[in-house]
Amino acid sequence: MTAKRNSGFCYALLGASISAIALGTAANAAEQITFVSQGGAYQQAQTVAILDPSAKKLGITINQDSIPDAWPAIKTQVGSGKPIWDVVDTPTGYCLRGGEQGLIEKLDFSKIPNAAAMPEAYRSPYSVSYEFYSSVLAYSQKTFPKDAPNSWVDFWDVKKFPGRRALRNHPIATLEAALMADGVAPDKLYPLDVDRAFKKLEEIKPHITVWWTSGAQSAQLLNDGEVDMEMAWNGRVSAVAKEGAKVSFTYNQGILQSTSLCILKGAPNLGTAVKFINEAVDPVHQANLPLNIDYGPGNPRAFETNVIKPERAAQLPSEPANAAKQALMSYAWWSSPAGEAAEKRWASFMQK
Amino acid sequence: MLALVSPALLVILLLIVLPVGWLAWQSIYHDGFTLENYRRVFTEDIYWRSFALTFEISLAVTVIALLLGYPVAYLANSVPRGWSILILSLVVLPFWTSVLVRAYAWLALLQRTGVINQFLRYLEVISEPLALVHNTFGTVVATVHILLPFMVLPLYATMQKIPGDLMQAGASLGASPSLTFVRVFLPLSLPGVLAGCTMVFVLCLGFYITPELLGGGRTVMVSMLVSRNVELYNQFGAASAVAVVLLLSVLVIFFVVSRFISLDRVLGQR
Repeated sequence: MTAKRNSGFCYALLGASISAIALGTAANAAEQITFVSQGGAYQQAQTVAILDPSAKKLGITINQDSIPDAWPAIKTQVGSGKPIWDVVDTPTGYCLRGGEQGLIEKLDFSKIPNAAAMPEAYRSPYSVSYEFYSSVLAYSQKTFPKDAPNSWVDFWDVKKFPGRRALRNHPIATLEAALMADGVAPDKLYPLDVDRAFKKLEEIKPHITVWWTSGAQSAQLLNDGEVDMEMAWNGRVSAVAKEGAKVSFTYNQGILQSTSLCILKGAPNLGTAVKFINEAVDPVHQANLPLNIDYGPGNPRAFETNVIKPERAAQLPSEPANAAKQALMSYAWWSSPAGEAAEKRWASFMQK
Repeated sequence: MLALVSPALLVILLLIVLPVGWLAWQSIYHDGFTLENYRRVFTEDIYWRSFALTFEISLAVTVIALLLGYPVAYLANSVPRGWSILILSLVVLPFWTSVLVRAYAWLALLQRTGVINQFLRYLEVISEPLALVHNTFGTVVATVHILLPFMVLPLYATMQKIPGDLMQAGASLGASPSLTFVRVFLPLSLPGVLAGCTMVFVLCLGFYITPELLGGGRTVMVSMLVSRNVELYNQFGAASAVAVVLLLSVLVIFFVVSRFISLDRVLGQR
């Protein structure tokens, strides 16, 4: 569950601080919150689509901070008893785990009507889906001009689809892919059969050239032709394709993942933070996000606003038809004891 | 005198002694004293494998760096001063480039579609690209490159102190150049060899960037275990225990080396 975007977040910080200063004077520093996301192009896109409009509408100041992996900081800040952040945008699993460990506030959905209107799978007592991305099967169109691999069964079929392969050096989404390769239906994955997943991974392990650790690395591997197919995040693949590399991906059997908004326990501006969360998942703001970056809105109602054109919607991971082809990740399972045990087992699998 | 060194001592205390102490404390204290973290380091496979791999890689890097570095230092020592400055500058120049940049440069050279593979295929020496990177090989190549100056400089410094007339004396007594080298020069340069090897070996033990970028996820060195324990599993205690064991192994190495040569020779490169 490490960060999926970490490049160039200086720009975002710069942009963030400029807008913070601008807004700070406008709103006369009446009410404010500190919002934290993962930086880079992603945080910039949010600033344009969601953060600035929300600040304006609510008349509050949104101070931005960014960190590739918020989890250790959440632990230390809440542990110190005086957190400085209010709202965090982080992989949903951390919100849940944090909630269970008393690091994250329980949300009062009566004060967050926009979230209350979202399907139940899109929220938890501690969090609201903020945006969606997908771990997809990406491939080189040079190697596979036609009859490209289209499922994890194909990815595992080294005879029918010869070529170099890469997977993420992380159990999350990778175990799901292994189970789908072994014939488990995308909607029947949870609770994961961990033994079966690792057994299936042993099968493909000798054929994996690289186990990538960062999103940038996965993009580089595909862009340079180092691998012919890999699991990668949809936004990374489309960015490489946009730069002219002959690569593509399928949403079929993708693993739909999300980041969520949650509030640190004992946040300095709790009331304002709750107001902000409601505004941030407003369908129109949410619909503006995919106009700025290749990630899908966390609130599915965004697709009903007419802000997202149908051709654009068809490219997004959480668009209903695309979502139907994918497995929706269960963060509840991953933050359960079984999920944590599976996560720890990964290291010994990698080093065997 | 004490007043003069006290700022430095304070910095060392604040930035090194306290954090390291805190680190060690974390490894043994978590809701009460526990040796659980150490039990894991010494009994679980993954830790053993990582420590073994780290020592193997460090040994390989040290040997290769010595084989490459000794002739360079020897050459720099035997040519006129202008040339030796040029040689040493070439050794030190890459040292001022970021390790990250150099690791990526090696990726561009070694990968499947990289310069070396494409050139070899153009020459039709190979039909399939060689697996030069995303493995231990690529890690070792880049690490040797990065650590080479730490081998060459102590060697050169030691060789500089070997009086040239000893060689002439050997020759005047009828020894061939290779015999004077083996019997006179080589033994006198051994402290430099030991100093260089210690530096390279110890620095390599803690290497992170090259195995992370060029190891393909399979080459898990100890420093990566530390970071994974923190980032992936949020186990600060386990990470601290790994770091403490690594630190202790380094101290043991320094202790053993100090029985043979003075430590300022290794650290101060005198």
